[in-house]
Amino acid sequence: MSFVAHLINGISLGSVYALIALGYTMVYGIAKMLNFAHGDVIMIGGYVVFVMASGMGINPLAAIIISMAACTVLGVTIERVAYRPLRGASPLAVLITAIGVSYLLQNVALLVFGSDTKAFSNVVTLPNLELFGGQLIIKSVTIVTVIVSIIIMVGLTFFVKKTKIGRAMTAVSEDQGAAQLMGINVNGTIAVTFAIGSMLASVAGVLLCSAYPSLTPYTGSMPGIKAFVAAVFGGIGSIPGAFIGGILLGVIENLSKAYISSQLSDAIVFSILIIVLLVKPTGLLGRKILEKV
Amino acid sequence: MVSVGSERTGESVCDGKRRQICGNRKNVYERQRMSEAGQRKGMEMEMKVNKSKLSKTTKNDMITYGMVILTYIVVQLLVSTGHVSSLIQGLLVPFCTYVIVAVALNLTVGILGELSLGHAGFMCVGAFASAVFSLAFKEALPGGLRFFLALLIGAASAALVGFLVGIPVLRLRGDYLAIVTLAFGEIIKNIINALYLGVDSSGVHFSMKDALSLHMEEDGLMLIKGAQGVTGTPNDSNFTVGVILILVTLFIVLNFIHSRTGRAVMSIRDNRIAAESVGINVTKYKLIAFTVSASLAGVAGVLYAHNLSTLNALPKNFGYNMSIMILVFVVLGGIGNIRGSIVAAVLLTLLPEVLRGLSDYRMLIYSIVLIVMMIFNWSPNAVFFRKRLQQKLLPGRKAEKEAV
Repeated sequence: MSFVAHLINGISLGSVYALIALGYTMVYGIAKMLNFAHGDVIMIGGYVVFVMASGMGINPLAAIIISMAACTVLGVTIERVAYRPLRGASPLAVLITAIGVSYLLQNVALLVFGSDTKAFSNVVTLPNLELFGGQLIIKSVTIVTVIVSIIIMVGLTFFVKKTKIGRAMTAVSEDQGAAQLMGINVNGTIAVTFAIGSMLASVAGVLLCSAYPSLTPYTGSMPGIKAFVAAVFGGIGSIPGAFIGGILLGVIENLSKAYISSQLSDAIVFSILIIVLLVKPTGLLGRKILEKV
Repeated sequence: MVSVGSERTGESVCDGKRRQICGNRKNVYERQRMSEAGQRKGMEMEMKVNKSKLSKTTKNDMITYGMVILTYIVVQLLVSTGHVSSLIQGLLVPFCTYVIVAVALNLTVGILGELSLGHAGFMCVGAFASAVFSLAFKEALPGGLRFFLALLIGAASAALVGFLVGIPVLRLRGDYLAIVTLAFGEIIKNIINALYLGVDSSGVHFSMKDALSLHMEEDGLMLIKGAQGVTGTPNDSNFTVGVILILVTLFIVLNFIHSRTGRAVMSIRDNRIAAESVGINVTKYKLIAFTVSASLAGVAGVLYAHNLSTLNALPKNFGYNMSIMILVFVVLGGIGNIRGSIVAAVLLTLLPEVLRGLSDYRMLIYSIVLIVMMIFNWSPNAVFFRKRLQQKLLPGRKAEKEAV
């Protein structure tokens, strides 16, 4: 039974990673940049819900929607102010700028909310699920997390495949120049991508803080890195890949914490990533890009 | 040389071009003759003035060495006259550490052209290997010799790890390589945090669980205590040692870059396929550059470890945050520009300390400065703007450049 419990917890944590990884992978696929500030958008999303729900007593659901809106605006603003001027510059320069933005968000949060850990009250108030006569208790937040992330994944796949904006995204990710010649607004498409990614980050932030109820200005940074690993694991740029990578990462992390060593769990996760990349250098579902001479 | 009028007909363009080529050739011949003459003259004058013989790269390198030595002298003078606060004095060795590791990373990022986010991991290896050695031989060896051996051990162990990591990692490209180096850095930090190492009369014990499972005898000496790290490392490094190590690092890196190996590495960076097709062994040269870079990061780790009495592998000092910080030094200083890395490492370490008066706002300002500097340095619009400004202010300089 305990194995099943660990597995389910792993899937729940993995779903959160998957949500964050979706944001990473979309931005990477379209803007070809590693958005290191993505993890910190999660943290901001968490703080917004915390202030709204615990501080002002607003209905949690409304708080989540406000937080999603706030993060969307934040994501688009970051893109406009920090990343757009650097379009066409060296990828390393963009990477360092993203790191700068990450520091900026962390320090703004530090100044506004303080460095103390905030106890995040669970926004999911449904009763827990008890199976096998109480032997296996699944927390409601776990179930909600998994369901929400599956819905988002399916919705996102549909959005990218079927809608006009989604196709524009695919086009921009394939060839920016050609997309522009076909009349696609490249800057607008990238902004939409950032908006979607940041919105997902806010959802992930709420779910993460509900499952692990502590919030500090650095809450987002480690899950951000793990989600980035998940995105690479699944094949960066691929939406189902990010989802599978996230779930696998969460399960591996939780199982190794439970059965091998809690201290070495990160090392195990990263070693598996390395092994996967060595066997399949573009990740599980990544496409191989042929090199032109 | 080609006038606008000559572009009207094909022939005259050809003529113009030919003339230009001839002119160029003539110029080249003239220049060669002149330089030969100059060399001859230089040889004649060698007895009197040695400087005129130096090539441009040598001169450039000399400026870099000179800069470091000059800074050292100035700082020592300021310290002896009491103009340096104790806070900054405490930072002198960390400065050296960051400079060394930034130069080391620049070898990977700038010269090899691969993004590594795991250099803090190599620093960590060097730091712990040397700290364990120094602690174990604290009484057995005199300070100077012990530190020298520790240095060798730190550099060698980091080089070994770098080599082992490099074999699989360097097959990957671009962002995948970055993420795998990041992963390796984290793994190294994680393992060291879980490692218990002790030595007693019956030999060396190690465990990944806890101190009790070492089964040490009473006279045993605990070397690494898991997350508590290494305590009681002799304090062997100081500013002078740091500066000497910077000079040694610079000597190694600059000579590496100008060597045949260095040129091979740079050719791989510029075009891997072309390099491969002229018979350069890509894997070998990549590995050489990566291993050298890792071992120099290990040297920085040795310096770092011997400046502290307690050494732990925290996310702050050996985590990916540190790797990223080093990368920031390299990118801001100019990718591939060794002197730039040195300046950036010192300035960016100094900046938060100078802003200390602003307490809570200092890291905020730091991050804003970082973003603004990146945009100013790299944004295509900003680069264009700077070029135009330069043309406006210094019209002579542009003409000179075109003539060259």
